[in-house]
Amino acid sequence: MQDVKDYTIPGGDNFAQGEKRMRLNMGPQHPSTHGVLQVIVDLEGELVVRCDPVPGYLHRGTEKLAENKYYTQIIPLTDRLDYLSPFNNNLAYVMAVEKLLGLEVPPRAQWLRLILSELQRIASHLIWYGTHVMDIGGITPFLYALRDRETILDIFEMCCGARLTVSYCRIGGLMADVPAGFVEKVDDFVKLFQKSIKDYHKLVTKNPIFVGRTVGVGVIAPDDAVSLGLTGPSLRGSGVNLDLRKAEPYLYYDQLDFEVPLGTKGDSYDRYLVRMEEMAQSTRLIEQALAKLPEKGPVKADDPKVMLPPKELAMSRAEEMQRHFYQVIHGFPTPVGEAYASIEGSKGELGFYIISDGSSRPYRMKIRAPSFVNLQALPMMTEGRMLADVITCIGTIDIVLGEVDR
Amino acid sequence: MFSAAQATIGMANVFLDAVAAPENKVNAPAEPFIWFLQTFVTLFIIMNVVLVTMAYQTWAERKVLALAHQRYGPTRTGPFGLLQPIADAVKLLNKESITLKEADKSVFMFAPLVGFIPAVAAWAIIPWGDANNEGLLGGWLRPVIANINLGVLYLLALSSIGVYGIVMAGYSSGNKYSMLGSLRSTAQVVSYELTLGLGMMGVLLMAGSLNLNDIVLAQHNTIWYVIPQFFGFVVFGISGIAETNRSPFDLPEAESELVAGYMLEYGAMRFGMFYLAEYINMNTIAAITATLYFGGWAAPFPFLDFIPGPIWLIAKFSFFLFIYYWIRATLPRFRYDQLMGFCWKVLFPLAITNLAITAVIKLVGIYAGWWG
Repeated sequence: MQDVKDYTIPGGDNFAQGEKRMRLNMGPQHPSTHGVLQVIVDLEGELVVRCDPVPGYLHRGTEKLAENKYYTQIIPLTDRLDYLSPFNNNLAYVMAVEKLLGLEVPPRAQWLRLILSELQRIASHLIWYGTHVMDIGGITPFLYALRDRETILDIFEMCCGARLTVSYCRIGGLMADVPAGFVEKVDDFVKLFQKSIKDYHKLVTKNPIFVGRTVGVGVIAPDDAVSLGLTGPSLRGSGVNLDLRKAEPYLYYDQLDFEVPLGTKGDSYDRYLVRMEEMAQSTRLIEQALAKLPEKGPVKADDPKVMLPPKELAMSRAEEMQRHFYQVIHGFPTPVGEAYASIEGSKGELGFYIISDGSSRPYRMKIRAPSFVNLQALPMMTEGRMLADVITCIGTIDIVLGEVDR
Repeated sequence: MFSAAQATIGMANVFLDAVAAPENKVNAPAEPFIWFLQTFVTLFIIMNVVLVTMAYQTWAERKVLALAHQRYGPTRTGPFGLLQPIADAVKLLNKESITLKEADKSVFMFAPLVGFIPAVAAWAIIPWGDANNEGLLGGWLRPVIANINLGVLYLLALSSIGVYGIVMAGYSSGNKYSMLGSLRSTAQVVSYELTLGLGMMGVLLMAGSLNLNDIVLAQHNTIWYVIPQFFGFVVFGISGIAETNRSPFDLPEAESELVAGYMLEYGAMRFGMFYLAEYINMNTIAAITATLYFGGWAAPFPFLDFIPGPIWLIAKFSFFLFIYYWIRATLPRFRYDQLMGFCWKVLFPLAITNLAITAVIKLVGIYAGWWG
């Protein structure tokens, strides 16, 4: 770690002699920067005159690692980006590869992906709710939010065995079909959650202290939001109506009926209300999707060059076993070209851009991480405000360092 | 360290006793030496009770918060987690205490004591029973350690000294976070001390005395002061929470912002001193609130007088402590400017208005003859 006195911030260190500024390093280890984010703030008393986020402490070289792995092997890497909503990362990545290959995914897989993606959005927003309110000082909602998130994690564990690094999508579908009891469990969760949301609102939304801490804090003007490239609730809180589920529908969002909540003033309170309403709309989407889910059907695409053969055939017949071994050891070739696919992740537009040179490994994989882009708004939101607002602002743009640093 | 504190307090109290003893003391024996010994025994017993209670406040708080969070809190250390405070104490005693190179060593080491001792010393004047009685064991366990006529002034003075602990801790730590925390805390505590004092002025006007025992007796005969002095109670209660740096006024030690604020650089038992000082302060404010507004050791109705005084006092201040834990579980914390604005723009005018109205009513009452 660099000594903060030697750190040179681009733009220079313009402390005049005798100026009453203090440089405070809210270092990478900090209870409320949601991971290893370093924020260097210049303070005059309590007033923030300059705020510089320093990401990079969680950089693990995901994009470079992907250049040396087969397309299927990259899926576990994507789990670890936004580790609070891993399924969404998997989904965005496999959608990009499917676009590159021109693969068609069976409908049951698409519906299941939609349901799980919305569940994942709720899980991510629950963590945001818990940690944001906890940073502001209310320690109780965190426990309630995590209790409900446990139900979602149980659903994921039931499907694929993992709670955090699910790796459930495969190129062309899902890893396996969901077990029996999935529909009932999701249904139970939806009913439970509709009651829980009322509790969350009762505890926090009208509390004068919370309102006083968030109204007018961290205002982002709509023009600034668009020019910075913000997406997700950070953008919609400022009133700009851009939701990829409506603007460029993927999966089956165009067949479902839901609303996109928008804010008016672009302050933290508006973003809070937007995310709370998004959770409610997600439950609505899940209900509709459960009703439309096809009863039976394959969950993997029908392309023998790309997909592994079914296990029972691979274990019994020679031809399938050879194919299984070949595809696992050598991957599958892809057409030369490039593809970009993006989804409306819980934090914003999550996109994967893949350039293929015809081999079974990507030539280049670029991840458009929403948290990285949203983090740019932090200096604009905090300069001129008090130190306590820096924490509110970090919480309100909802960053996850796995995504920021990749 | 505790016995040193106790001895110091004992000496101070005996001195105060001798200087400011009320005239209506019926049980002063002829020998000042016996009086001194009786004071010391009372001090020893009451202080031990208070310090153990304070340690178990930490347990009670953790349990209450946990139940608000739908979890259990400490359950493994002893039955119901009752040995948790002892486990914490043992851990704190065994840890290493680090002093930074940039720290001002003598001030750094002295600050926790300056924070802790006034908090404990405030218990010297809180009456556990009627101070005009002889007390138990033939006068050896008196209901109050020191029945001084300036009780309330002594309390306010001690809380003002307690501020120095915070100032010294933050300044001498050699760490910007601590300094920020202590700056915030100092301004907060000093401002809320003003409203604390003004809020309780109404009670003092009504009781006509600064002696805590007289205040309780005045309530025993008439009505608990929370009812006529409701706004004073609100001001005093809120200021009390702010004085002790509790949620929602715990910005100085806001964990998620300043990582423990002014206590940041303290390790081991020095941190323990601050930590315990906070709980003792909370106890003191709860007990004072109970004494000034809810009748202290007095029963609400005469037919309940058979229940001894200490039980009433414990019940009342436990109730207030529960309210403090409940508030901590529920409310987010104020931002610093909102906190100061709340004190000066809301509580301060309310306290002054309360005082003015009480004074006017009392004056009218004395002239009209119905103020007994």
